[in-house]
Formats: sequence, C-alpha cells, structure tokens
Amino acid sequence: MKNAVGRDIPDYLLVNGKEVYQGKNYMDGKYIQKAAPKTRRYEKPQESKIVATIADALRQCGCKDGCTFSFHHHLRNGDYVANMVVKAAVEELGVKDITVAATSLGSAHDVIADYIEQGIVVGVQTSGIRGRIGDVVSAGKLKTPAIIRSHGGRPRAIEAGEVHIDIAVVAAPTSDCMGNCRGIGGKHNCGSMGYAMTDAKYADHVIVVTDDLVDFPNYPASVEAIDVDAVVVVDCIGDPKKIASAAARISQNPRDLMMAENVAKVIAATPYFKEGFSFQTGVGGPSLAANLFLEKYMDERGIKMGWAIGGICGPMVELLKKGKVGKVIDVQDFDLESVNSINQTPNHFEMSASQYANPANKGAFVNKLDFVVLAALEIDTGFNVNVLTGSDGVLRGAPGGHPDTAAGSKCCIIVTPLTRGRMATVCEHVVTVTTPGDCVDVLVTDYGIAVNPLRPDLIECLDKAGIPHVSIESLKEKAYSLVGRPDDLEWEDKVVAVLEARDGTILDVVRKIKPYTVDQD
Amino acid sequence: MIPRPKPERFRLRRTMIFMSAQKPGLIKDAYIYGVDSIMLDLEDAVAENQKDAARFSLYHCLKTIDYGDTEVIVRINGLDTPHWQEDIRVCVAGGADGIRIAKCESAQDVHTVEAAVLAAEKEFGVEEGRTLLMAALESPKGILNAYEICSASDRMFGVAISGGDFRKCMQTKFQPDGVDMLVARGQMLLAARAAGVQCFDTVFTNLNDEEGYRAEVMQNKAMGFDGKSLINPKQIRLVHELFAPTEKEIVQAEKIVRAYREQSAAGVGVFTVDGKMIDIAFIPGAERTLKLARACGLYEGDLV
Repeated sequence: MKNAVGRDIPDYLLVNGKEVYQGKNYMDGKYIQKAAPKTRRYEKPQESKIVATIADALRQCGCKDGCTFSFHHHLRNGDYVANMVVKAAVEELGVKDITVAATSLGSAHDVIADYIEQGIVVGVQTSGIRGRIGDVVSAGKLKTPAIIRSHGGRPRAIEAGEVHIDIAVVAAPTSDCMGNCRGIGGKHNCGSMGYAMTDAKYADHVIVVTDDLVDFPNYPASVEAIDVDAVVVVDCIGDPKKIASAAARISQNPRDLMMAENVAKVIAATPYFKEGFSFQTGVGGPSLAANLFLEKYMDERGIKMGWAIGGICGPMVELLKKGKVGKVIDVQDFDLESVNSINQTPNHFEMSASQYANPANKGAFVNKLDFVVLAALEIDTGFNVNVLTGSDGVLRGAPGGHPDTAAGSKCCIIVTPLTRGRMATVCEHVVTVTTPGDCVDVLVTDYGIAVNPLRPDLIECLDKAGIPHVSIESLKEKAYSLVGRPDDLEWEDKVVAVLEARDGTILDVVRKIKPYTVDQD
Repeated sequence: MIPRPKPERFRLRRTMIFMSAQKPGLIKDAYIYGVDSIMLDLEDAVAENQKDAARFSLYHCLKTIDYGDTEVIVRINGLDTPHWQEDIRVCVAGGADGIRIAKCESAQDVHTVEAAVLAAEKEFGVEEGRTLLMAALESPKGILNAYEICSASDRMFGVAISGGDFRKCMQTKFQPDGVDMLVARGQMLLAARAAGVQCFDTVFTNLNDEEGYRAEVMQNKAMGFDGKSLINPKQIRLVHELFAPTEKEIVQAEKIVRAYREQSAAGVGVFTVDGKMIDIAFIPGAERTLKLARACGLYEGDLV
C-alpha cells in the first residue's frame, strides 16, 4: 500500500494495527494504553546490589533465549558495554534469539554484527545504524527486519508496548552500590543520560554497568536505584577519546560558513525570531556554525534565546555562559565542554528522550521549538529527507531526533551542500524517506535556498527580507547538471529494515540491495 | 560548452578572489560565494612542474562551468617565464573574460601581452578585442610607470598592486596603518583615475586578524579604490558591506540627481539641496553612488 510520501509498503507488514504513514499529526488525540513492566520486589533491605560479573547479573535478571536487551548510546563510538553484555549472554549463558533494542548502534558494535551473521542476534531496533551492523543488515543477514525509529518514536514504542524490554543495560560513568547513576563525576563521563531514562522505567529488569563506583547516594541521579536490579563494576566502560571529542570546533570551511550564514539570515527573517525564541541545531559543520551567525543577529536585535535543546556541544554552552540563552536542556552531550557543563552550569539541565521528542506523550519539548537546523544525506523535490541510507542503499545513518524536531518545530531548516563528491544531495527521490517532506520548511544549500511551497508564509518572509530563493526543482537540476543523474538502485524483494514514522506508522522500508555487477559487454 | 557573454570593460569589481587553477575542487563553483570576480591563478599558486596540468583544468572549467554573472579573470605567469604565451592561448581558447598581467612594469609589457592575446583570438576564432586586460604592479618601476601602463590599451580595465612583492622591493613589511604602501597606493590611484581605469588593492593575508582587515578595507574605501583582491571567501562580505553606500548617501544622491534633472529642464544651473549648493559637478558622483547602490541591491529606483 502506498503511504502519504508515496512509498510502497508491503501488505504483510500491515498487521496488528500497523498502518502506513498518513501525514503529520495523524495520531493526534488518540489514546494509548501504556505497557507497564513486570518488575521484581526488593522488599527486604539490601546493603548493596553489586554482583561480581555481567553474567551473574544476567542470570539474576532471568536472561533467556528470545531476550530483548536495551542499550543507550551516550558513550557513542567509545561504548564497550553493549558488546560486553551481549558477549556474556551468548558466550557464558548460551542465550540465543536475542533482540538488541538500542538508542543507536555504530562502529563500536561490530561484535554484534558477528552475532547477527551467526544467527544469534535475530532482531535489531535502533535509532541509528552504522558500521558493520548496517552492512550485515543490508545484506539480509538479520532474521527479522530491523526496526528503525526516531529518538521520540522509540520511547513511544516502548510505552505502547510495541517493544518490550526484558533487560535494560545502563552504561553509567558513575553509580553507587544501589544503582543511582549519573553521567558525570567519573572516569569516563558522558554528561546527559537522557536516552536511558525511559528504558529504565519500562524494562522488566535493569542492570547498571559502571567503572566508577561512588558513595551512596549518587545524587541527583539520572537513572534511579528504584528501577535497578543489579550493579556490575567493570574496569572500563568505554574509550574516552571516542565518547566525547575535546571540543566541537566551529568549522572554518568557507562553504560551511556561507551556508551557516544563510541559515541565520533565514531565521532572522521569520516572525519567530524574537525575544525568548527556542532553537536546536545539529553538530555538523554548517549546522553548528549557524550558532555563530545567529549570535550576531541576536546582538543586533538585542534579543536573547529563551532555551535550546538537543544533543548539545560547546558553542551552545558558551552562549549559555554568556547569558545569551536562558536554559539549555539536553538528552546528549557531544564534547567535553558540554559534558562538564550539564547540571553544573546554572540552567543547563538533563531530560529524557520522551520529554525531548515523544509524539505520544502530552507535549514534548520539540513541540515548543521555534527553529531546528538539521543536516541531510539527501533531500528530494518533495522535501523528503534521508538520513539513513547511503547512495548505495546500505544502512549507514541515524534518524535520531531529525523527524521529531522537524515535525514539532515551527521552522525546520535543512542545511546541506548541493553535492557531496559525485553525489547529488538534492535529488528526484531520496533512497529512504526518514523525515517526511510535510515537516521540512526550508532548504539551505551552497547553491541557493528553497522554501517548501507548503509554507507561503515563510516565502513571504524571505521575500520581504530580500533573501533570494529558488525552487527545489531548480536546485535538483543544478545538482544533476554538475554530477550527473545516478541510475536507480536495484533492490531485491526482501525487506531488511522497516522505517517507522515517529507516530508508529510505516514511513518506508529498506530492501536488500542487489549486488552491483559491471556489464562486461 | 558554456557561452559567456562579452565581458564588460567597466563593471562592479569590489572583490576579486584568487583561486589556484590547479584545484578543481575550488574553482568548480567559486562563484557561489557572491564574489564579483574570480582570479584563477596560473602563477604563484601553481608549482613549476604543474603549470600544464593547471592549464588543462583551467581550460576545462572555463568550457564546462557556468560562472553566471561572476567575472572570470586569469592571472598568467610573468613575461620573464617560459609559460606566459601558452597561458594566454589557454585563456583565450577557453573564453576567459580577462587576463591579469603579472609583474607589469611598462606599457611595452601590456603591448606584448596584447599582441599575443590578439594572435590567440585570431587563432581560436574569438571575437577580436573580447579579452580584457589588467595589470598587477609589483615593483617600484611598475608603480612609477603606472600611468603609461593604465593607458596602454583599450582592453585595460584596471590595475592592482601586489603587496608581497612590492614590500620586498621596498625593503619594508606590512604596517597596520598602511604607511608601507601609502605612496604606492596613492600613485597608482592617481594614475588609474587619470587614465580612467579601475584600481584594486592588494590581498590581506592574516585571516585571523579581523580588526586589521576591517581597518585596511576602510582605508581602501577612503582612498578611493574600486575593490580589493582576496584570498578567502570569508573576506568577501566585509568588502561588500563597507564599500556599499550608506542609506543616507543613497537618499542624498537621489535628491541631487532628481533636483538636477528638474532644475536643468527648467533652465537652472545652480541650486540648493538641503541648504547645500549643487551644480553639474556633483552629478557624476551622485550617479555613481546610485549605480553602486543598485549593484549592491540597495537601490531599486529609476534614476540610473
């Protein structure tokens, strides 16, 4: 069945009430029955929840065949914990048919790719899929299609019981003996632990893995002891070099700077740019650099930002410290400056993924966003964005909070160069729709700006401000004239990944890619 | 094949950015930054053993990339090198808008290049006289001969001073107040204005010194330069900002031109605007302000 963004969704996926994507806010007003976890009572006072090994903790939590684990990705590419846990389950407990439900998976998790190939890990649910896992899933080696959700779609699915977590694993930079966890104060800090919060509340069992045991109570806690079954102390939870970069530097690339400046110009031309406005930006070159130019416009107009959310890094913390933004509330920290600031700098707070972006709760932060600035791997003439699959059709990206912030914000700006190498970023049809075009308002490229025709009000704003803009079709034509029009990808029938819209409907599917062969004649 | 319109000898040239012709990644779309002129460099930015490779990439980019309204000039190698003749053939064959003569010291240098350009235009069937010329003055001798250089050819649209080489010759270094090149800049400006061609200042090389850059651009404007040579796209915006007429200047210029046209139609030669005496001598300046304002996107009226 074709959905609202023109993607053909196989009927066999449309069971148990699953629907195809119908457009923005389709589920508004509907009721959900939240799925409560079945948890064990620890009524008798315990001195400590520390157990010797991960295997012991898994046994205590009843880990068995068909188990679903949840992991969170605050340790990013430096994460050792997910591998340790899956390995212990497989090698020491002999568990099979495992589902890995992570907030994101990347090159740190190649071990899990091996287990997929061996048929031991049979399900993957994630908001990001990169590295070898992406390759093996794309090659059709996972038994069931991977399910890809946004950062807001994941807590929605957990709360709705669409994914039931048997064991949530919390990788904690610090924990006390009872399982109160924080992302700061330890050897390998990650700052916010926002993605772990919903998981810990809705999992049947919670295991904390830390490498820095601190005095009780480790407070205020990101994940609270009341939800934790066991605490395991290991030598090292991750590679600090890959957990948080030294400091996210604003790009000096003139192309990035030019695009960033145009992003700021567009923002300053809208009626939402006023005292107390709210803002989120990505950490990519031009997205991050938009901070710099936005500050100039704020100074010029004598206004301040009310609040900023998102994954946060240094430049936003700088603005907070300068008093140019009222509050920063984040689910993840990307560099040491933000890691060292959260819950330390006044008005820098942590929030859960649900509070950040869940479309099914009673009003997430994204719904109050004025502006979000996002990157894209591809964007098509329907303003649909792909941030998941590469031009070869292989899974190598992350919807993350992209679809949530795009849908919730008043003005969603995509910033991307028109071409990357030989690839046209602005194209006829994106490989995979990860953010539907009805949520995207403005596209800023190095070759010009295009406004979604669904937003005549923004077109008028740009015209009034004298900001030139063109049709997205003309940008696509320009891109193809520069790098050529690629042949269509060739797919097999097998669906390797289902891409859920944030509301739980099916936005797109990723199929197994046909191996590329060169014609010999 | 991208046909380029016939180059205009006198057009807006506030910014002229150097890009090595050897770097396809740079020159493929250098126009996106909104610079007035691109200066594709075959000279100092290209290693001696890469000159022919740079010519190939230059020729193909001229032939295949649509630079739109952005002017495309090529800096060729000096007349004391074995490269300049072939450089000229490539520029003309590719259809560059103009050629910058490096290390120009005399009218004869201009004539030498002009002859080669004409020959190339004939060889490649390019309209004769199409290819414009400008000269870079890099030595005391070049500065002293500025007037004869500026007036050496109808193809000449301007001169630029090249600070690096010039300072070396003068045994001086960059000074924040510009005193190191004050006389040279002044002499070159005098010559250019006397000959009726444009005049461009040298590059500012310290990209991290924002204050110093702003001071130099302001001085350039105050001295009467038409534009500045640049090394990085991020330098473009400030020049365009500072060289643009202010709103007050635009309003004043509009009043003067309008009043002049009304008064002269009524047979009046001298009159007052806002208490100031105005006669025909004020008109070219006021019209130039309006033209510049229009080019900067600040004036949409119909007086110019």
